[in-house]
Order: sequence, then structure tokens, then C-alpha cells
Amino acid sequence: MGDLLLLLVVFLATFLVGGLLILRIPPRLHTPLMSMTNAVSGITVLGAMLLFTKAIPGWWLSVAALAIVAGAFNLVGGFTVTDRMLGFFQKRGTHDE
Amino acid sequence: MSEPVRLVVDVAVLSVFLLGIWWFRSSASARFGNRAVATALIVGVCLALIPAPWEGVVGHVVVILFALAIGSTAGAITAARVDMTRIPAMVALQNGAGGLAAALVSLVELARSSDDASMGDFARLAAMLGLTIGAATFAGSLIATGRLANWLRSSSTVLPGHNVLAAGLLGILIVSVCLGLILNDRSPIPLVIGLGTLAVVFGIVMAIRVGGADMPVLISFLNALSGLAAAFCGVAIGSRLLTACGATVSASGLILTHAMCLAMNRSWRSILWAGASVAAAPAPAAQASGQRDDSEVSPEDQAVQALRKAEKIMIVPGYGLALANAQAPAVRLAEKLAQMGKETKFAIHPIAGRMPGHMHVLLAEADVDPDLLFDLADINSEFSQTDLALIVGACDVVNPAAIEVEGTPISGMPVLLAHQAKQVLVCNLDAKPGYSGVDNPLYQDAKSILLWGDARENLNRLIERLADPSFHAENQA
Repeated sequence: MGDLLLLLVVFLATFLVGGLLILRIPPRLHTPLMSMTNAVSGITVLGAMLLFTKAIPGWWLSVAALAIVAGAFNLVGGFTVTDRMLGFFQKRGTHDE
Repeated sequence: MSEPVRLVVDVAVLSVFLLGIWWFRSSASARFGNRAVATALIVGVCLALIPAPWEGVVGHVVVILFALAIGSTAGAITAARVDMTRIPAMVALQNGAGGLAAALVSLVELARSSDDASMGDFARLAAMLGLTIGAATFAGSLIATGRLANWLRSSSTVLPGHNVLAAGLLGILIVSVCLGLILNDRSPIPLVIGLGTLAVVFGIVMAIRVGGADMPVLISFLNALSGLAAAFCGVAIGSRLLTACGATVSASGLILTHAMCLAMNRSWRSILWAGASVAAAPAPAAQASGQRDDSEVSPEDQAVQALRKAEKIMIVPGYGLALANAQAPAVRLAEKLAQMGKETKFAIHPIAGRMPGHMHVLLAEADVDPDLLFDLADINSEFSQTDLALIVGACDVVNPAAIEVEGTPISGMPVLLAHQAKQVLVCNLDAKPGYSGVDNPLYQDAKSILLWGDARENLNRLIERLADPSFHAENQA
């Protein structure tokens, strides 16, 4: 139960801190920001991989494998596409400075 | 790895994530921020995997690597190929994938615990919430992807008794979660699967009623939900890192949702719940369309003259610019005008694209000078000193009725004050009102030049005409 309480505190604290930071991001970067945070939620892939270390009946493992595919798609695709987008933003900026 | 070490790793990864968000304050540092967060996350995942009890399950490692390879390759290829006009669809699709992953992990965790009673009530509750929210996010995101990629009709769909249906489904979901808690010696697998299926239906019902210009709100909201699903999934499997990252994503999504609602002067409830309050009013179309050329000068000639004459020009891009794929001509026109010695700026409304900030990405891809882009709050005072406001595919966001008329769906919504410019050039597809269904008085205004039709073609023609010296000579003669 102590662990769970800790998790709840972590949840609330990061929610607040993250929220305060996000209020400062200029609207022009909202799409890349959303795409980046979106990629972060792909960290569920960690949970999916950890499932394999537990005793799980047969075909549930294929469900866990599907979760890995989806999570990896989210994680890798998200960071890659954000990087591409921010590349467009940088192109000019680097010329001018 | 001992618990203190693990704590340090978790805190370090989370700090880089928060720092990464902080780096998004400027476009110069944002790319570095993105790469830093990606690296931290991948390192964090690897470090979390090492101490797990892999003895006896080495055979599974092949499956894991195979699944990772498929997901990563698909993600990388899609990300490398996607067109910037389709970014919102891509983000929605990733959102769906994140929701699906969270739902499936929660599902397996619940199924596993039906065999051994090791799972506490709190973890079980979290797993059920992770499953429900994840599945709803998945389904809703797929609908959003379809809409944003133009595979589905983009307008809002309201079923008969939509609110009752949605409320009913939500009620059943809550009851099922409670039931799952009460029957806690084992979480019955049929109940768990039923819960997931119902959540999918709820996600669809929730998403289909949001359409058109409300999409930025839906996509931000789904972003928040996918974070929340990941966080609950983290609680269920006892991963601090997952919980903290999910919570931060969720906070970010909620704040962006709120910002979008403010920009549109609508409440969350009216979009997601009471929704579609503005059944597209019958368009009083065509009465003005193209018929103003009874003055023998064609609108295109008027437009070219106005552009030549103006000293200060403000370009207002809207949703329609993205639809017409006119970002490149718009940027080239701005460059051309700047070459001609005119002061040219872009005024960008927060809901100008199909998701928050989308217009900036589109214009950035077209290689716009970022110093020319201005947000509503910074630019609105300048319209009164502007000679020509060039509106490209925008209607509601420049509709003076939002300020002047009470009781319309857009009354009170912050708009760009294009009507204060000395002259207005409208490059929209047609005279139909925008998504709100409110007529735009600008179209009747004597100072407006109305250039209906495909914005891409029209802008390209304007650029050609401006570059053509013969026109200039003949005009002066």
C-alpha cells in the first residue's frame, strides 16, 4: 500500500510540475510539443516487456507482444516525426543566426 | 539493481523529460529537447529491464525483440514519410497506438491476476481504469485519425439520443469496474474483456460527435487520455517511471485542451458532450459569390492592384489553406511582397490548423521566415495600421460578428481583427460561412476583394502576375 501511495504522490507532483512547464510553451510549438509528449506515452512498451518476465498463460503472451508493437510504434514514430518537424523550424533559424 | 539506484534512474529520466518540455520554449532548443527526452527514455527503459527476472524466460526474448523491431520499423517509416498536412492524423494514430498498448498491458495484468491472487485491490482498480481509458483512447483516436486523414467525413455525427447513449455507456463502465472490484478473488476474464469492448464503443461514441473545426480539442483531449491510461497502467504494474511519465503527458494534454477551448470560446462540455450546438446553418451561399465584378475590373486584377499599392500586408492563413495545400504559395507570395519592399507578416489564430500549432508546422515546412509569424495576442493591435489583410482559407477566425453581434455561436471568441485593415483580400474557396455557420460580414464589405476558388491556384496566379513587369507597365500607362 505504501508503494501505491507513493505512486499517487508521483502522479500528482508530476502532473502539477508538468502543467506549470507547459503553460510557458509558445503556441507555435504546440504541435511538436504534443507529438513529443505523445511519444513519451509510448513508454508503456516497458510495461509490456516486463509482462514477459511474469508467469503468464500461453496466448496472453501474444497479446503482450501486440502491446509491444503498439508501444514501440508510438515511441519511435513519435520521436522521429517530432524531430522531422523541429528540423523545419530550425532550418531558417540556423541560417539567420 | 537496488531500490535506491532504481529511484535515481527514475528521477533522472523524469527530470530530463521535464527539462525537455522546458527546452520547447524556443524553436532553437526544442529539437535538442526532443532528442534528449528520447535518449533518456530509451536508456531508462533498458535500465529498468536489466534487473527483471529473466531466468527461465530467455526464449521470450526473441519474441520481444521481434515485436520491438516490427513496431519501431513501422513507426520510423510512417514518421519519415508522412506529409506535414497529415501530421494531425499521424499524432492521432500514435495516440491510438499508445492507448492500445496501455489497454493491452492492463488486460494481460488482469488476466494474469485471475490465476494468482497476488494483485491488490488498488492495483486491480488501476488496471481496470488503464484498460478502460486505454481502449476508449484507442477507439476515439482511430476515429480522429480517419477524420484528420480525410478517410471519414469530417463533420460531427450525432446519433439519436447521443447524450443518453454516452451517459448510459459511461454508467455501465463504472458499474463494471466496481463489479470487478467486488468480485475480487479473481477478476473474471469475461468481465474484463466485456469492459474493454464497452470502452471501445464508448470511445467511438465520444469521438464521432466531434468534427470539423473542433478537432484540435478532440486531439488534445485524446492526448491527455492516452497519458492517463499509461499512468494507470504504470500503477497497475507498479512502475514508477510509467506512472510519472503518463501523468505528465496527461497534464500537458489537459492544458492544451483548455487552451484550445479558450481560443474557440467553447467549453469542454459543449464540445464533448452537448456538442454540435451549431448544426451547420443553411449556407446563404452564392448570393455574393463571384458576382461583384460588375465593376469591369475582375477580382484578380483588383487583387493584384491592391497588393502592389499596399505598404503593409498581413496574411491570415486558416484551416482552408491547409485543405487547399496552399502553404508553399502563401510563403512564396510573402517573400515576393517582401522583395517588393513591403512589410509582410503572418497573423496566426490558435485554431488556424487542424491541431494546436499546426499552421506553424505547415508554414515552417514551406520554409517561412519564423520572424514573420505572429500569434493573435501579439499582432491584433497592428491590423488598424495595415493596408491590406490577405485572408487565405479562413472565415470564423476573422469574423467580426464574433465581436459585433451577440448570441452567435462564435460571439466572444477572440478573432483576428482583419476588418480593421484598410482593405481586405479574401482568397477562400467559396462564400459559405465557416464551421460555425455564422455569415461573415467581411464578404459584404465594400473594402473587400473576393477571390473565390482554389487558394493554391489563386495565390500562384497572383505571384505570377506580380512578377510580370508588363502588367505593371500597362497599369501605369
